[in-house]
Amino acid sequence: MEYIIIVISAVFVNNIVLAQFLGICPFLGVSNKIETAFGMGASVLFVLTLATIVTYLVQVFVLVPLNLAFLQTISFILIIAALVQMLEIILKKVSPTLYQALGIYLPLITTNCAVMGVAILVIKKDFNLAESVVFAVANAIGFALALVIFSGIREQLALADVPKGMKGIPIALVTAGILALAFMGFAGLV
Amino acid sequence: MNQVNNFTKGFFKENPILVLLLGTCPTLAVTSSAINGLGMGLATTFVLFMSNVFISMIKGFVPDKVRIPAFVVVIASFVTVVDLLMQGYTPALSNQLGIFIPLIVVNCIVLGRAEAFAAKNNILSSAIDGLGMGLGFAMALVILGGIREMLGAGSLFGYKFIAESADGILVFILAPGAFITLGFLIAILKKLNKTS
Repeated sequence: MEYIIIVISAVFVNNIVLAQFLGICPFLGVSNKIETAFGMGASVLFVLTLATIVTYLVQVFVLVPLNLAFLQTISFILIIAALVQMLEIILKKVSPTLYQALGIYLPLITTNCAVMGVAILVIKKDFNLAESVVFAVANAIGFALALVIFSGIREQLALADVPKGMKGIPIALVTAGILALAFMGFAGLV
Repeated sequence: MNQVNNFTKGFFKENPILVLLLGTCPTLAVTSSAINGLGMGLATTFVLFMSNVFISMIKGFVPDKVRIPAFVVVIASFVTVVDLLMQGYTPALSNQLGIFIPLIVVNCIVLGRAEAFAAKNNILSSAIDGLGMGLGFAMALVILGGIREMLGAGSLFGYKFIAESADGILVFILAPGAFITLGFLIAILKKLNKTS
């Protein structure tokens, strides 16, 4: 039951993009086509889950026992960067097809604040390992959901007659605002 | 003259938020009021200034291949300094901004300036560039926060200018208002840039 609440809350009520404002750059950057949105969503799911597990273990078994909690920011960013690099190398060798599909998105993920944000949030919320993993997966699904919905709207928007000054980023931002408004309808669900 | 240009380009011509669209996450998240925007803007300015100076100093010793990780460590160190300082001296603001203080480390503006400017220029120019860019970022945050606070709560920097019992248009303080306000702000700026 507890896990279900975490999932619903992370995917719908406190959607990572539309309510928490994490990962806006890829949200605006790679949402022109539904296919690329799927690719980015899948990559984030992969990296976010793995990074959260590793950073959680480092925090609990290394930083806290050694009284080094103030090194959190530095160690987390290095872990995430190293993890992304490693993943890229491993994927290239082990599964070239998957690498083809996710490859171009992987380097972008290092500077995706959703990954770092979830890693810090998990520590802030005092989750245990199982809860952290559920939270990470749920947030990644929420990210992918928002990205795919948004890219679907933007594909339609490309055909619409938009006022000249609003073309491009401004209309995308206003659209995202209306989408966020729709997601606010889920408030009170949990 | 060159240095003046170096300083002012961050405000209008290359404003990180309104023109280059870098660092949108903290921009949208913390601008529910003008004062939050100012706090976040100054924290980022400090990190940008310090990391630009430091990276410009060490650029000669760092091998080209490991320069990005080295820059990230420098930036993360200064972010930690700001985080601890704010927890100690401005605990209320630090609470309000929450995880977006440690997240300055993944703000593309900071690494972007390190890579594009500080790694190629001398210390003085880098310091001025960092300061200008940071203050340009802070200015955009304050404008955005001010508009949202005025529309959403009917106040500015905490001083309420509508009747005490009246409410603002709440949606501008909530998440959707952030997207919509920034969208219109960029559109207006585009229009102004074109006519001038």
